[in-house]
Amino acid sequence: MQTLFFILGAVALISGGLVVFQKHPLRSALWLIVNFFAVAGIYLLAHAEFIAAIQVIVYAGAIMVLFLFVIMLMNIRQPEEDPKIPFIGRKLAGIILAGFTGLILIYGVTKATLTTAKEMAPGLGNTESIARSLFTDYLLPFEVTSVLLLVAIVGAVVLAKSKLK
Amino acid sequence: MVVPVQYYLALSVALFALGVIGVLIRRNALVIYMSIEMMLNAVNLAFIGFADYFKAVDGQMFVFFVLTVAAAEVAVGLALIVAIFRNRGDVYVDNLNILKW
Repeated sequence: MQTLFFILGAVALISGGLVVFQKHPLRSALWLIVNFFAVAGIYLLAHAEFIAAIQVIVYAGAIMVLFLFVIMLMNIRQPEEDPKIPFIGRKLAGIILAGFTGLILIYGVTKATLTTAKEMAPGLGNTESIARSLFTDYLLPFEVTSVLLLVAIVGAVVLAKSKLK
Repeated sequence: MVVPVQYYLALSVALFALGVIGVLIRRNALVIYMSIEMMLNAVNLAFIGFADYFKAVDGQMFVFFVLTVAAAEVAVGLALIVAIFRNRGDVYVDNLNILKW
C-alpha cells in the first residue's frame, strides 16, 4: 500500500512539475490529466472510491476537455514567446516565493497536533454512505451547489457570447 | 499497511507549492488556470487524507463540494479567458495591464 502511494505520489509530482515547466499549454494540459489520474489513484488508496471516480469523470474528463477546447479555440501553436522584461529573474523570484509558501505550509502542518483516530465505520467512503451524508447533514449546501452551477452556466454563456458589450 | 496521514499532507504541500510556482512564473493565463486546478487538487488530497485518518465521511463531502465549485469556476474562468482572447488577441497576463496605474 505504501509503495503504491509512493509510486502514485512520484507520478503526481513529476507530472505536476511538467505541467508547470512545459513550454506549450497543450502539453501542460495533457500532463495535468496524468496528474489528476495519479491523485485519483491516491484517493482510491485512502478509501475514497466515490471521490476517485468523480475526480476522473469531472476533472480528468469534463474540465480537461474544456481546457483542450479553449486551447483549440485559441489556436496556440507556438510555445510561450519571450517577454520584454527578463524572464530568469522573475522565474527565480516566483520559485523562491513558492518555496516560502511551502515552508509556511510545512510549519503549519508540523505545528498541528492530531487527535487520535476513531473506529472505522462500516462501509465508509462508499457511495451509499456519501449519499446518506449528502442528503441529510449536507442537504442545504448540496442544493445551493445546484444554484451555483446554474449561475456558472449562465455566466459562461453570457461571457463567451460573441462580444462583451 | 495504512498510509500515514503525514504522507498525504507532505504530498499535498508539495503539489500546492508546485501550483504556486506555476501561478507565479507562467505568463499564459491558461497554464496559470491549470496550476490553480492543481492547487485545488492538492487541498482535496489533504482533505481525503484527513478523512481517511479520522474515519469520517465529512472530508469527502468537502472534496465533493470543492469539485463542484472547481467545475463552475473553470467554466466561468475559461469563458473569461476566451473573451479576453477575443478582445486582445493573446492571453499573456503581463500584457493585461489596463488596471495598472
